[in-house]
Amino acid sequence: MANDHIDITVEPGEVHALLGENGAGKSTLMNQLYGLLQPDEGEILVDGEPRVFRSPRDAIAAGIGMVHQHFMLVPVFTVAENIALGAEETKGGPLGWLDRRRNRRDVLETSQRYGLPVDPDALVEDLPVGAQQRVEIVKALTRDVDLLILDEPTAVLTPQETEELLAVMRGLTESGKSIVFITHKLKEVKAIADRITVIRRGKTVGTASPDTPEDELAALMVGRAVSLEIDKTDAEAGRDVLTVSGLVVEDDRGVRAVDGVDLVVRAGEVLGIAGVQGNGQTELVEAIMGLREALAGSVTLDHEDLTSMRTKQILRSGVGYVPEDRSLDGVVKEFTVAENLVLDQYDRPPYGNAFSLNPAAIATAADERVEQFDIRTSSAEATVGTLSGGNQQKVVVAREMSRPLRLFIAAQPTRGVDVGSIEFIHGRIMHERDIGTAVLVISSELDEVVGLADRIAVMYSGKILAIVPPDTPREELGLLMAGITRDPS
Amino acid sequence: MSEVTEPARSGKPQMKTTEATAEDLAEATAPTRFWNRHRRLGVALVAIGVLAAVVFGSVARSATARFTLGVQNTGLALPIDGKVGAIVFGLITALCGGALLAGVARRWQGTLLGVGIVAFVLSFLCWQVAGQYMSLVDIANNTLVIALPLILGALAGVLGERSGVVNVAIEGQFLMGAFAAALVGTMASSVWAGLVSAALGGLLIAALLAVLAIRFLVDQVVVGIVLNLLALGITGFLYERLMQPDAASYNEPPRMPTWQVPGLSDIPVIGPVLFNSNFLVWLALILVVVVHFGLTRTRWGLRTRAVGEHPTAADTVGIRVRGLRYANVLVGGLIAGFGGAYFTLIGAGSFTKNMTSGAGFIALAALIFGRWTPLGALGAALFFGFAQNLPYALSTYNSSVPSQFLNMLPYVATIIAVAGLVGRVRAPAADGQPYAKS
Repeated sequence: MANDHIDITVEPGEVHALLGENGAGKSTLMNQLYGLLQPDEGEILVDGEPRVFRSPRDAIAAGIGMVHQHFMLVPVFTVAENIALGAEETKGGPLGWLDRRRNRRDVLETSQRYGLPVDPDALVEDLPVGAQQRVEIVKALTRDVDLLILDEPTAVLTPQETEELLAVMRGLTESGKSIVFITHKLKEVKAIADRITVIRRGKTVGTASPDTPEDELAALMVGRAVSLEIDKTDAEAGRDVLTVSGLVVEDDRGVRAVDGVDLVVRAGEVLGIAGVQGNGQTELVEAIMGLREALAGSVTLDHEDLTSMRTKQILRSGVGYVPEDRSLDGVVKEFTVAENLVLDQYDRPPYGNAFSLNPAAIATAADERVEQFDIRTSSAEATVGTLSGGNQQKVVVAREMSRPLRLFIAAQPTRGVDVGSIEFIHGRIMHERDIGTAVLVISSELDEVVGLADRIAVMYSGKILAIVPPDTPREELGLLMAGITRDPS
Repeated sequence: MSEVTEPARSGKPQMKTTEATAEDLAEATAPTRFWNRHRRLGVALVAIGVLAAVVFGSVARSATARFTLGVQNTGLALPIDGKVGAIVFGLITALCGGALLAGVARRWQGTLLGVGIVAFVLSFLCWQVAGQYMSLVDIANNTLVIALPLILGALAGVLGERSGVVNVAIEGQFLMGAFAAALVGTMASSVWAGLVSAALGGLLIAALLAVLAIRFLVDQVVVGIVLNLLALGITGFLYERLMQPDAASYNEPPRMPTWQVPGLSDIPVIGPVLFNSNFLVWLALILVVVVHFGLTRTRWGLRTRAVGEHPTAADTVGIRVRGLRYANVLVGGLIAGFGGAYFTLIGAGSFTKNMTSGAGFIALAALIFGRWTPLGALGAALFFGFAQNLPYALSTYNSSVPSQFLNMLPYVATIIAVAGLVGRVRAPAADGQPYAKS
């Protein structure tokens, strides 16, 4: 059950924050408000009238708009086409001939009225995520909404873009619109919300005012006291373990995603790569792991060339890898926890050989790992798909840390992971650093990079713009993430 | 409102920073890959161009090849010396290849490739036709007739796939349409009754496809293949049990009449091809135009494309995703059914078991070659029609090329077209993905 008897009231002109961990049921709740899901019990009242939303059409008619966490934009359409879709201005009666001029004009009008600059003729796929989000908001506003639901809107934004969004939200509430702001980021909630409803495991666990201290909100959200800080001692960096120089990689569309990257990761330190998603981080990591062809440049591990090795050889030469998309690349959901834990070593003793597996050895090792990595599962024989996101991620981390490592690469290590598991995974990563492994962490969560890294490389548009210490002001990091360097280069 | 956003946005300039976008940064050290797709195609063109100039040029007789604009070897004609033509067109192909190799602007690449291939074909024809004549009207006419079902089939595919439903069952829709046209056309002794039943036959298969793929979320390719087998089985069975024993009452449909448009049919080449033709040709060409403008200019088209690219996005703005998919697949079925009518009402004149022999799959290839657009599908269908017609056209010339090689042409052309020329194209993003609400 994703939602269990939740009550929530949104007043006109307020920003109502819905705070909860990943998987707490926030999106499920809002998808019911927007007609994408139907509640089994309970009712929705708009201006005191009970309403039934069978589809988003009904919700839109009732004045509800939603900006989804994963943007609902057609990449190959223009901005104007995306905004018009579903509410097209037409001429020629039943033929439904599109009136492009009027559609364009509507976009510009809304865009100007609310101070949200968008180019109606640009293709959405060419726009940066910040601009796509503006398109989403304009799309909702052209439909005359009274209540706007923003589902994790800041997850893909730079700190500056987040500031701008918060300003837009304030402007909207001043013009009388209500906003439901879904997030798990405490700072933003405190900055903007008029009221806060906290949800945990599908239940409302309380309402709070924005002046509640952060750790109290966090405790409410997680259900116990948590430490938001990562314990970090100074790194004792050793030899250069991973050296990347002049690396050029193309993405699936043939666009140069990594454009001449130079990096060094030293033993016993964490190099964090910060940057807004989609600036080449994915391709960089895939190239290092031999999953994507390097067009130019070199990648060496202790002076061994990695670019000519297959992924299996790279893993066996002492590289641990937590891929960014857990369900696609990290685990086989239909396999058991035990099987997932030996995906990398199933053909080697003691787990097996070229012809057969050794189930007893696999089971023993699995029980050990489950214990050691605090994997919450009914048994090692349960399929991984039945575990929570955080525990699935622990399976991946446990597997990758079971080999002797020289380099540990973690891409988005805590995406979709609950706070408790985040603490644990961060602890393991720091432990790995302290025993002398070189660690590369890629995350679009700036807090995570700052918390873990000893040095931060900011990646923008396929290039490393700067490598800075973790105590660099947030503002400066944010500008770098937006591609703006302080000194003219 | 504006005064609220102002401070946030004017925050940047106060920072005394310099905007450095990706373009301003120093160019990366590594070059782009030299042997890109167009360079490789360029090499291939140079190779076949030189081959044509040398081989065709040396074996071609130095006699005039006449390409006539009428049906007979009289009237207007384009005469060219066979040897000279073979060499010149071969060199043009090589030149186009050379230009691709040298690296031209992206927007010219497609044109050059097309010109190069056409020139190669012309070089080949000059060699074959030297000393004789070839009627361009005949070629155009036969190309169009062979392409007719392919156009309709590919159009059916466009409708389905642009809204996200893969239609592998075009072959089955053809067969059902061909069978229904023959049966009902004979029984009602009306070619129009046959045509309407053909459309309904295609609709029947489309309805099964739609229900299984959209309602029950079965894998669309698997459903398509199964439906093809179903159509083959049903029509084959009924053909043997019903049509064969009594062909006169069940399998001798009237032919579709050829209509001549007064005036227009006197235009050279175009007149006899387009305006001395039958209803189905006109229907197909009109449908291509209608679907083209429908997809690009109307609300229906915008929504169809949205549903095929990002159904969830379409759903969140209140579009009925499944309803639209149903409608498009069903209309596609009607159109493919018309395509099936070609086989019995125009082509063979009666139904035989598995008479479509893979035309539905060639239509599918035309759809992909045509990049999921109606006009592209038309062009691709005509290309395949031309390739299929060529062996027949050349069989009268006492060609020194063994007929087996010529008969291979359409299939070689299909493979080259789909694998080589199309390269990486983007299908509708949600093509083949069932839409299920979570």
